[in-house]
Amino acid sequence: MTMMGYKCMQQGGSVLYRLTGATGRRLVAAVPLVWLLVFFLLPLLETLQVSFTTAQRSVPPYAPLWGFDETGFFTNFTLDNYALLAAYWQDYIGPAGNSIKLAFFSTLVCLLFAYPMAWWIARSTAKWRVVLLVMVMLPFWTSSLLRIYALIGLLNPNGFINSLLIWLGLIDAPLRMMQTDFSIYMGMVLTYLPLMILPLYAVMVRLDDDVIEVATDLGASSVAVWWTVILPLTLPGVIAGSLLVFIPAVGEFVIPALLGGPDQLMMGKVLWTEFFRNRDWPVAAAIAMLLLAILTVPIIYARYQDGREDHASDPQAGTP
Amino acid sequence: MTGRISLPVMCLGILGFGILYVPMAVMIVFSFNAGKLVSVWSGFSAKWYASLLTNEQLLNAFGLSLFIAFWAATIATFFGMLIAIAFVRFGDFRGRLALSGLSSAPLVMPEVVTGLSLLLLFIGMESVLGWPAGRGVDTIIIAHATFGMCFAAVVIQARLRDFDQAIEEAAYDLGARQPFVFFSVTLPVILPAVIAAWLLAFTLSFDDLVIASFVSGPGSSTLPILVFSKVRLGVTPEINALASVMISIVTVSVIMAAYVMRRRLGKTG
Repeated sequence: MTMMGYKCMQQGGSVLYRLTGATGRRLVAAVPLVWLLVFFLLPLLETLQVSFTTAQRSVPPYAPLWGFDETGFFTNFTLDNYALLAAYWQDYIGPAGNSIKLAFFSTLVCLLFAYPMAWWIARSTAKWRVVLLVMVMLPFWTSSLLRIYALIGLLNPNGFINSLLIWLGLIDAPLRMMQTDFSIYMGMVLTYLPLMILPLYAVMVRLDDDVIEVATDLGASSVAVWWTVILPLTLPGVIAGSLLVFIPAVGEFVIPALLGGPDQLMMGKVLWTEFFRNRDWPVAAAIAMLLLAILTVPIIYARYQDGREDHASDPQAGTP
Repeated sequence: MTGRISLPVMCLGILGFGILYVPMAVMIVFSFNAGKLVSVWSGFSAKWYASLLTNEQLLNAFGLSLFIAFWAATIATFFGMLIAIAFVRFGDFRGRLALSGLSSAPLVMPEVVTGLSLLLLFIGMESVLGWPAGRGVDTIIIAHATFGMCFAAVVIQARLRDFDQAIEEAAYDLGARQPFVFFSVTLPVILPAVIAAWLLAFTLSFDDLVIASFVSGPGSSTLPILVFSKVRLGVTPEINALASVMISIVTVSVIMAAYVMRRRLGKTG
C-alpha cells in the first residue's frame, strides 16, 4: 500500500471514529436519561393526574382524567380527593404531622449515637478503623425488614427483654414496648444509624489534629473545644447525615406497620392502607402528592448541598 | 487523626453498636431454640432450619428474589455506568441538569411514592400500548433497576473522578481506539467500583418490600413480600432460621470483601 493510501485510510478511520464517537457520546447520556424520564418522571406525572380523578368500580379502579367519547372531549377533573384529605384532617393530615415529628426525633436520636460512634471510629488506629467501619456497614447490607423482625422478638410482651427483666426480678408484669413511640424510635435507629455515621465519619477523619491541639494548648476546656472548633468543622457531616435519615424516615412504611400501633400512624402506612385495603387509588395518589409536597424543601436543600460538593470536588464541572 | 476518646463517647458508641447488633445476636441464638418463643430457652434444636429447607413456598420466593435481584442489578450497573461516564467525562452537555436531577431524585423519593407511581404508569401503559400485560417479574425488575441505577451511578462516579486520565491518553497515543480503550484500560481500573455498585443494587433489590409490593402481580411474591406477610401474623421460628442464614451469608461476604480490599490496598501502597 502506498504511503498516500495509508494516510487516507488513517484519516478516514479517524473521521469515522469521530462520527461514531459523537453519536456514541450522545447515546451514553441519552439512553439513561430516556429510561429515567419514562420510569421515574412519567410515573410521577401519572400519579398527579390520578390524584385529580374519581374512584370507580372498574379495572383500573379510577376514571380517566380526560378523553374523547361520542360527545367529544370530556374530563373527570375534581379536587374531591384533596378536599377529603382536608375534611378528614385527623385521619390524613394528623399522620403527616406525626410522620414529621417521629422522623425529626428519630434523626436526633440517630445523631446522639452516630456522632460519638463516628468520632470513635475516626480516632481509632487504621486497623481498628477498618474493623469498626465493617461493623457499621454490615447491618446496612442486611435486610432492614429482617432486622426489624429481630427487634420485635426483643420488644414483644413475651419477648427477650421482658423475660429477662422478669427473670431478674426487676419487674412483675411485662413492660409495654411494642406499638409505642419507643419501638418506632428503636426501629428507626436500627435502620438508619449507618446512614448517619458514614457522612459524619467522612468529615471527622479529615479533621486536622493540630487545630484541636492548638485550641487545647491555648487553654480551652474540652467542651469549649468541641463547641467552638469541632462542631463547626463537622457541621456539614451533621447536615448530610440528618437529611439522609430524615427524608426516608418521613415516608417510612415498614417501621410503623410492624412496630407501631394505631397511635403511631405515619403517612407511608396511611397511603398503603388507602391503596391496598380501601382500594381508593385517587386518594392514595393525593396522599403521595402531599408526602412529596412535605419533602420538597428537604429534598431541594439536599440537592443544593450535593451540588455544592459536586462542584467543589470536580474541577471539570462547569468547563466545556 | 487518632487519639484517645473520652468515657462518655465510648459508652454511647458501645450502646450504638449494641442497638445494631443485640437484636440480630438474640435472634440467631434463639433460631436454635426448640420452642417457638424468642424468650424461653427450651433446648437446642436445628429443627427450624430443617423445616426451612422443606418449605417450598419460602424456597421459591428466595429463588425468585435472587433472579430479580440479578437482572435488576445488571441493568442498574450498566445504566449507572453510562450516567457516571456522562457526568465525569462529558463536561457541560445538553441535558446534564435534567440527568443529574432525574438520577438523584429517586435516591430520596419515599418508597411508597415510587411504588404507587410506577404501578399507575404500568397500568396506564398497559391500556395505551398493551404492554406490560399484567404485572410480575418483569415490572419488578424495571422498578428495581430504576432506583438501583441511581445508586450505582453515585458509586461509579466517585471512582471515575479519581481516575488518572493520563493512562487513557497514553493508550490513545499508542494508537488504541474506543471502545478498545474503554474495555482494556478504563474498565479494569473502575472495576472494583462497578462490582461494588452491582452488589449494592443487588442488595437493594433483594431487600425491597415496598416497591415490589406495588408492582408485583399474583404469583410473583418475592422473599420480602412473603416474609412481611408471615411476620404480620406474629413471630414464626422459620423466619428466625431464614434471617440467621441470610445474616451469616452477608457477614461472611462483607468480611471477605474487606479482607481482600485490605490486601489489595496493602500491595499497592
